[in-house]
Amino acid sequence: MTATAALPATALTGLLLSIADDEFVIGFSDSEWTGIAPLLEEDVAMSSLAQDELGHAAALYGLLGDLTGIDPDALAYDREPAEYRHCRLLDHGRGDWAMTIARRFLYDSADVIRLEALADGSWAPLTDLVAKLVREERYHRMHAGAWLDRLARSPGEPRDRLLASLHELAPDAATVFTLIEGEADLVAAGIMEVPMTDLEERWRASIAPVFANLDLPMPPPAIDPERGRLDHGADFDWLWGEFTSVRRADPGATW
Amino acid sequence: MSEAGIQVGVARARSGAIAGPRPAAVPPVVDEAAVRAALAEVMDPELPMLSVVDLGIVHRVDVGPASGDGRIRVEILPTFVGCPALELIKSSIAERLSGFGRPVEVTATFEVPWTSERISTAGRAALLAAGIAPPGAASLGAAPDLIDLEPRVPCPHCGSRRTTVENLFGPTQCRTIRYCADCRQPFESIKSV
Repeated sequence: MTATAALPATALTGLLLSIADDEFVIGFSDSEWTGIAPLLEEDVAMSSLAQDELGHAAALYGLLGDLTGIDPDALAYDREPAEYRHCRLLDHGRGDWAMTIARRFLYDSADVIRLEALADGSWAPLTDLVAKLVREERYHRMHAGAWLDRLARSPGEPRDRLLASLHELAPDAATVFTLIEGEADLVAAGIMEVPMTDLEERWRASIAPVFANLDLPMPPPAIDPERGRLDHGADFDWLWGEFTSVRRADPGATW
Repeated sequence: MSEAGIQVGVARARSGAIAGPRPAAVPPVVDEAAVRAALAEVMDPELPMLSVVDLGIVHRVDVGPASGDGRIRVEILPTFVGCPALELIKSSIAERLSGFGRPVEVTATFEVPWTSERISTAGRAALLAAGIAPPGAASLGAAPDLIDLEPRVPCPHCGSRRTTVENLFGPTQCRTIRYCADCRQPFESIKSV
């Protein structure tokens, strides 16, 4: 289980791994709603969202595989929990519906900003893929935005639960924009348009009108920006146990 | 087309990559138009009223010279990045083209993004006839929320424009669920992407 150790630690692999792991982990989190979502429509929606995100992760692990020769499935499933590089925003457990919506809105709004900053980059395999991802992620953003609006405008339990969820996520809300090691090289090479700190500013500008309109508190800066993709905690350990269970049950099985 | 000496149905290519017999000593000459006509008979597994040609996913067909490796190469564009039908589509194409007597290679590419505007006029008519509303223009504005959701997509059953979005997400990644207030039927539409 040393897939990461074999990856050349270049800035590009670090960037790809961070996005792939984000999509992979939120996809599995969303799939936890399959069969138990509060509405049948949302059961379908969360399952479809999960399918989209896992597909995005597979494509990104595929790019990493092309760069490094490592089997994408091994990247996805054969690492220890501490080797995953998703952001801590996605480490809070599934929680209730309000938590799911709060997390999705914060993540989707950030993901769109990140993808748009990669869309005109200099490395074609990534920009070709991003052109597709952006088109799909906008549907995700619309879905989360509509639910954020609905919960925030419903006084009493819906709004209270949403506020509690945003409060819990606040210290990690901006961790999508955690600095990637060697990031300056990515910007210099034209793969990333601007550094993550600039992207965080764009993200804040994009969500500020929404939060102001709904009278919701804006998320603060990340509490521990250096470790925004480390120290995943017990909730992720549990999710990891779930999503690797089939793979671990019969290592090396072919399907 | 020549089918002499061909093992038909060879090609349940596992990864969809390569199917068909090894190149013969004198590989048959293959006409690109004939390959494209054959592709027009390969139907999408999730939208079986649409061929892969009408769906607009055929990006490139290269019948190449009979010399070299002699492969017929087909590049297709995934409709959605995580489309689970992709491997099945690849193997269906490889199987259909195996009759040309050359090895077949089917690969997926994101070189250009598939968009819903690539569905042909005939494909749109076939969708409508099957009760699925075809996609409208995919308007991708600068802001993330400007996808044209076309709240007045015509009902494929009665033609009414008094329709609403029930669920952005549907039974497959490429579909949205809507409802018609006049004939009171739910229906599906192809997402504009």
